[in-house]
Amino acid sequence: MATDLMAGKRGLIMGLANDKSIAWGIARALAGAGAELAFSYQGEALKKRVDPLAAQLGSDLVVECDVGNAASLDALFDTLKAKWGKLDFVVHCIGFSDKNELRGRYVDTSSENFAMTMDISVYSFTAVCQRAAAMMPDGGSLLTLTYYGAERVMPHYNVMGVAKAALEASVRYIAEDLGKDGIRCNAISAGPIKTLAASGIGDFRYIMKWNEYNSPLRRNVSIDDVGGSALYLLSDLGSGVTGETHHVDAGYHIVGMKAVDAPDISKT
Amino acid sequence: MSDIADRVKKIVVEHLGVEEAKVVEGASFIDDLGADSLDTVELVMAFEEEFGIEIPDDAAETIQTFGDAVGFISKAS
Repeated sequence: MATDLMAGKRGLIMGLANDKSIAWGIARALAGAGAELAFSYQGEALKKRVDPLAAQLGSDLVVECDVGNAASLDALFDTLKAKWGKLDFVVHCIGFSDKNELRGRYVDTSSENFAMTMDISVYSFTAVCQRAAAMMPDGGSLLTLTYYGAERVMPHYNVMGVAKAALEASVRYIAEDLGKDGIRCNAISAGPIKTLAASGIGDFRYIMKWNEYNSPLRRNVSIDDVGGSALYLLSDLGSGVTGETHHVDAGYHIVGMKAVDAPDISKT
Repeated sequence: MSDIADRVKKIVVEHLGVEEAKVVEGASFIDDLGADSLDTVELVMAFEEEFGIEIPDDAAETIQTFGDAVGFISKAS
């Protein structure tokens, strides 16, 4: 996908973990189209994974950031301001919940984990947008990742589904607030992809099989599928699009029942 | 050595960047082979992909050594 759609544009990728990450599919598509990238990570274990991946895309701007901490977010954007002055886009691929609450019943979710999940998975995007918008005098594009579990009940997704619903709502409010400044804000609702984060979700293999058999395209999506759609939303190709939750899920979200030709599958 | 053990060893050597000779039956991923907590999750994901199996969380927590991994996968696949 060699284009120069992103030539001269600079942006931040948050939440890259390894080469299975959706953030990696997006980063690769953007760099391939000429974007200059910075990356943020949390903790040493992730730094040692992000550094070599960033280097592969010609970036050495890798900054630690705890998105639950306002001072840490300020420091990240101060670093970007000192280095670049302005910013064209931000990609937010961050969510977190206690994985013990991604099993059993949603109704049993604790107050503490509910608040923490909302803070890291929802508010962090708003906090990032506040700071990014201040560096986007010529407009820009903001993108976060969500999942269909925000709209319909999915097994085990529980409190994360509630958080993603709030995240999608926040995308619409942010789009309205920042639209008059030429800043767009969208979400990609990706189908299930086997990432490090997905390893915390039970029966994931079953969920992936179900999607493969029942989505209109009869396949699962890859991180490159998501990368292509992200490139559209972050480049000028998507210049008229804001406030959108864009499904990159092989069409699964339009399906009403199991496909007639889909085989019966067991849990294992 | 069994085919499964060979394939597991290849994954461990490549992922952790350790010498093949160090990957012995009782070698602990974290204590002996320098893995961090994310490495252990990534290894389990790599095993799942290689062998087409699902390793649930509670089982993954019991896989601490090379021998544990070979044992679990031999039973599961």
